[in-house]
Amino acid sequence: MEHMHGPEMSNEQLADYAPRIEALAKERGLSFYPVDFELVPNAFMMEVAVYGLPVRMPHWSFGVRYIYQYVQHRMGHSKIFEVVFPGNPNRAYLVDDNALAENTLVTAHVLGHADFSRNNQLFDRMQREVGYHIVEQAAERANRIQAAIEDHGQSRVEAVLDAALALEANVDINQGLNRPDYPEMREPRDKPPAQGFQRHYNQLPGEDEAEPLPARERAPIPPGPEYDLLWFIARYAPELEGWERDIFLAVREESFYFYPVFACQIMNEGWASYWHARLLREADFLPNRVYLDAIKTHSDVVRPYAGDDAVSLRVNPYHLGFSMWERILKDCSLEEALAIRRDEDDFSFIRNYLHEDLAKELRLFNFTRRPGAGGEERFIVRDREIDTLRENILAPKFNYGGPRIYVKAMGADGHLELGHDVESDGRGLDLARSRKVLNYIQRVWRRPVQLETVDHSGDAKVLTPEDGDD
Amino acid sequence: MRDDDRQPISRMAVHNRWYDLFSRGARDWLRHNQKVRDAVRDHLPDMVTGSDILSRPGDRTVQVPVRFMEHYRFRLRDPHEDDGVGQGNGEPGDVFRTGGQPKRGKGSGEGGSGEGEFQFVLEFKVDDIVDWIWQELELPDLKPKTADALQDDELTPEGWDRRGPRARLDRRRTVKEAVKRRAVQTDPVPFTDDDLRYRQLSRRRRPAMNAVVAFILDVSASMDGNRRKLAKAFFFWATQGLRRQYGNIETVFVAHTNEAWEFSEEEFFQISATGGTVASSGLRSVRDIFAQRYPAAQYNQYVFYASDGDNFADDRDAAEAVALELASEVNFMGLVETPQNRFEAARSETGRLFKSLEARNYPVSSYTVHADEDIWDAIRAFFRRQVDTAESD
Repeated sequence: MEHMHGPEMSNEQLADYAPRIEALAKERGLSFYPVDFELVPNAFMMEVAVYGLPVRMPHWSFGVRYIYQYVQHRMGHSKIFEVVFPGNPNRAYLVDDNALAENTLVTAHVLGHADFSRNNQLFDRMQREVGYHIVEQAAERANRIQAAIEDHGQSRVEAVLDAALALEANVDINQGLNRPDYPEMREPRDKPPAQGFQRHYNQLPGEDEAEPLPARERAPIPPGPEYDLLWFIARYAPELEGWERDIFLAVREESFYFYPVFACQIMNEGWASYWHARLLREADFLPNRVYLDAIKTHSDVVRPYAGDDAVSLRVNPYHLGFSMWERILKDCSLEEALAIRRDEDDFSFIRNYLHEDLAKELRLFNFTRRPGAGGEERFIVRDREIDTLRENILAPKFNYGGPRIYVKAMGADGHLELGHDVESDGRGLDLARSRKVLNYIQRVWRRPVQLETVDHSGDAKVLTPEDGDD
Repeated sequence: MRDDDRQPISRMAVHNRWYDLFSRGARDWLRHNQKVRDAVRDHLPDMVTGSDILSRPGDRTVQVPVRFMEHYRFRLRDPHEDDGVGQGNGEPGDVFRTGGQPKRGKGSGEGGSGEGEFQFVLEFKVDDIVDWIWQELELPDLKPKTADALQDDELTPEGWDRRGPRARLDRRRTVKEAVKRRAVQTDPVPFTDDDLRYRQLSRRRRPAMNAVVAFILDVSASMDGNRRKLAKAFFFWATQGLRRQYGNIETVFVAHTNEAWEFSEEEFFQISATGGTVASSGLRSVRDIFAQRYPAAQYNQYVFYASDGDNFADDRDAAEAVALELASEVNFMGLVETPQNRFEAARSETGRLFKSLEARNYPVSSYTVHADEDIWDAIRAFFRRQVDTAESD
């Protein structure tokens, strides 16, 4: 394809288009921190997509993801267009051998993301907590971990990363990144009101005895269920060394950073898709051929079905978000739309703005999946009931997509008791995998660790780390 | 929004070639593979006894199919069924199927493309595996027969000379000499006869590093496929261990019923025959082959005999005589007994014969291999014994 374009059609042209698209975006009402765009080779792009950050801590699990990505890419199943890291400035990576039209579209798309991440409240809060330079911070942390590998050996560092990265989703976003330790002492509970004989006795005439000063009690750790396992281990593991704590806190900070991307994916991708389509449509400086090629790419990205299929068992978030924003901007004023992108996340966005008529138009349906013999799966179409649709779309997004595990108690001898919120998750844990994770945890906690959940028949089950090394 | 106008403007960098230098994905992938190798190594006994990995005899590598390692996370138990949202032409009651049969042609990217599907094959050098076994057993190297019993002539390079056969002309050395000469001469010629250097060889005696291993397989009707597989696995790893020690190792394959025949390695494990078991025929055949082709003066000799232990009672004396003859000659003679059940072992005819030789301090031993997991113990016992014997020498 590329040789068909004349020299003037190369990616060099982006340096000219980008500021003009940017000016247009601002004119249309978007506001964002500046974006550092960089055109990078595909191999680098794959790494960024796999690691989630351009320079990140080394871990073998990234290697596995990298090979999947590599194989997918070589088979032509996956094409990466852009990765953008919110911050001030934002950092956006584009692929240098993607065509000019694609990169033009991507430039506009990135500006949509930049507007979203600056103005959306959840993004804004996380940005303020984490700082505006995640790329540099992550690279710095990666260096520190590299140094730790040199000081303490690969296997020790890896053991810490095995545990920390496995608990990536087990953070408590609502608690804030920098939170104080628990109070060491707790105020005494009020005396229970006197009852029975005691009450009568107190009513007898005579001098009141001086009340003894209530003794302050040592507070239990944790004072209540603690869902931020990364934080808890970093702060309270009995024998964690400083550099190990650093790793836990590093993984936790990156997890906080990623949370808004996860929790606003439909909104954010939809918003960026809406704006790339609109900005390119209104960018009269673009040659027709670039515009038409770009729109072709646009329809590939936001199409609901793969290939020639007429049905999909997975909703494309780009498509859903794009369709919702298109409807919102048709029905409401720009100001209202900007307010929605400021105030909502996917949960409230889907619940408040995925209306029945749009769901009908998009032909969304509820299905029940039944695994069968031999890896076969059956998907039975249920209905198109709107509330069920919304909750089914949101179901995989709760609690960062993982089970709700919490710290129940820490014994005086340092043993760790974890609990599982079976009520809200609806069923028990995958026992074999959970034991493996407990194994990771035990290696850093260095005292006995256990986790209570339920087995397949709903009976309480206490898990301990499994013997063995893997 | 007005303040945006004062913001620094975005930047578009089109050339950043140095990003090509990043290869962390590959680095972490290699680390993953290293961990898989380590894991395989930790489970070596299982691997050794999974006799299926012996693809072809003589292959110097084995291929082990492995799965990608999983980095475990807390996950909910797989549900009996769960709900989701799809899009398109589906009416209530419609049923779609995925998985099971992989879809051909244009991939729709749906269902069943989970990460578990990928498999890859790690290739291990047999020599590496044997090295690991050695490390795990903390075995020192085997010692060949006493040094002065076995001697071999060896030619080793030793210095240079100005005269010699053409074939031993050392060109590098010759050019060096020419360069040195030309450096001090004015108007030099490229080469002179004086520049020529020939490698000198000298003759030395060294202990022989030759070994011969004879495998005798009882192929009478009672040795079924499974028992032969067990015997084969033991033979394979025993040979690999010996190969580690001896530079040059010869193998002899003999099968017997009431007669004995020598076979090539490929044919050896395919043979089936009917007939009774006459152990002396196999042992005698090996004795003769050793005498003709692999004399004890030049070879370290090893004999392994795989049998279910049965032997005709009237062969008892003949078997004992030839076994005794072999036992006093060879480095080691082992019986790999594959009895019908564990408790038969050592009570069998051949088992008793080997036990009695062992009791009389001949380098003889017997191993009972009833199931895959016994092979490991047998191999361990074999090599341990070799080392103990060597150390007590």
